Amino acid sequence: MWRVAFAELRKLRRPTLLIGTMGAVIFFSSLFSSLLFILIDSPQGNSERGRMVGRQVLSMSSGAVQGFSSVGGFLGIIALCVFAAQTAQEYTYGTLRNLLVRQPGRLRILLGKFVAMKLFALAMIVVSAIVSISASVILAPGAKVPTNLWFGADGRHAIFTTFINVVISVIGYGTIGMVLGLLLRSPISAISLGLLWLLIVENLLVAVKSSLESWLPGAQLRIIASGGARTGLVPGITYSHALVVGGIYVSVGAAIASFLFLRRDVAN
Amino acid sequence: MSNTAISVSDLSKKYGERNALSHATFEVPLGTVCGFVGPNGSGKTTTMRMLLGLISPTGGTGEILGHSIKHPEKYLPRVGAMIEGPAFYPALSGSENLNYLATLGGFSTDKVQGLLEQVGLGERAKSKYKTYSLGMKQRLGIAAALLPNPQLLMLDEPTNGLDPEGIQEVRDLLRTLANNGTSVFVSSHLLSELEIISDYLVMLRKGEVVFTGKIQDLLHAQQPLIIAKSENENDLTKIVEIARSAGHHAVIRDGAAHIEGPKDWAVTLNKAAFDAGITLSQLSPQLPNLEETFFEMTGDK
Repeated sequence: MWRVAFAELRKLRRPTLLIGTMGAVIFFSSLFSSLLFILIDSPQGNSERGRMVGRQVLSMSSGAVQGFSSVGGFLGIIALCVFAAQTAQEYTYGTLRNLLVRQPGRLRILLGKFVAMKLFALAMIVVSAIVSISASVILAPGAKVPTNLWFGADGRHAIFTTFINVVISVIGYGTIGMVLGLLLRSPISAISLGLLWLLIVENLLVAVKSSLESWLPGAQLRIIASGGARTGLVPGITYSHALVVGGIYVSVGAAIASFLFLRRDVAN
Repeated sequence: MSNTAISVSDLSKKYGERNALSHATFEVPLGTVCGFVGPNGSGKTTTMRMLLGLISPTGGTGEILGHSIKHPEKYLPRVGAMIEGPAFYPALSGSENLNYLATLGGFSTDKVQGLLEQVGLGERAKSKYKTYSLGMKQRLGIAAALLPNPQLLMLDEPTNGLDPEGIQEVRDLLRTLANNGTSVFVSSHLLSELEIISDYLVMLRKGEVVFTGKIQDLLHAQQPLIIAKSENENDLTKIVEIARSAGHHAVIRDGAAHIEGPKDWAVTLNKAAFDAGITLSQLSPQLPNLEETFFEMTGDK
């Protein structure tokens, strides 16, 4: 498994992928955090879905990571695209047969790829956290937001828990991407279907019937990233509910895709 | 220890109602170059995929280097393979692609540059795979197959896209590997090349094995031919008539009369042609080559 992971990291660290992905992470992390402070007095809201995050909230111990937790869902979308592309392209390039000749343990290939992509996602999240928190620290004085509680014991705890929540959420999105890649065997189809569902279909379903937000996979992962249902339309969706429902979606999807990957003939 | 590199018995693969391979039984001895031939769609690639553990057989058994094909992890570390053409990551260079596979297989990456030089890609090692010509891609595929210092090398059409010089290099490489004890199982449409390099042959037709054994045994078992040419092409018909009246099968092909019969009968034919006023410009008994035998056995022409 580790040999697969190390080999995969050779592929993931190529400049075009690494610089492109990290560039997007830096841009959107700084944008999400900056808007929190720049639009703090805007009546249209300063966070996702027009939500207002005021000075009182931003000055709390969790203020430093408000932007970071908001960008978590977006990091998840990037992870979904990377995981889906890296998995499905083995079929479109025909390279899966090379992999299986050199490493016939199919489960090892799957786990090795997953570990490598998790490490890639982790690097992405660390960069996002640094950029997001740095942007918040730089912009807070201009928005008259006090920062004295941000890096105390409670503040450090908030940074840690938000980091863990974003990691869980991003890995969940990535796993969905990998599952779609394995099932559809085409990067374009896997990414298109993933984005269509998460960005359009789920939002339409929630707009029609808001209670569905408690049961949709993307919504659960967004809620996990934000540490609870602060961002949702339905009040009271707890973190533990999102963790359980999201975990079931991810686990069932991963189990089905793994089963098919282990059993399916590699005929291309 | 088994003395066969590949041994399959009743190996079959069905896709729905279609038999891609039907009860194939053959052996490839260790240390030989074995040609694997058959028309398109005859089941060559399907067989190779089953031997490499990429697809599961629907029936039969097989062994590679003494291990069942149900456990490819036991023999694949000693097998190099390139099937259905080379497949690599386009955004990585030749050396990065080989480093990737070396890491994956647990082989030293130190040998990568040497392998690239061996197949003539040393100077383009750092170029991205997507910039390679078809011949260069093919060479990279062969280099990748050589990564594990294989005891068995399985190559599917390794000379596709190569220029004559490249074909000659591949031929020499395979012969050298075989001389050093590597067993080679190679499919190709270039039958004249296979005839030169192969010791053994497995021939498929519509998913069934029609010949397996030494290539010389196959050629010697064929009816010898007498090729006769006349100064006047119109006389070819008369030559064919003379042969047929003597009970020999004869046809006109490529400007010559091809007559099935023992080489001694050439003397009789020469005399009969002289008596009929025909001047022969060529009269040569010969064994059919692999290509002619292939067409005869597969009914492909």
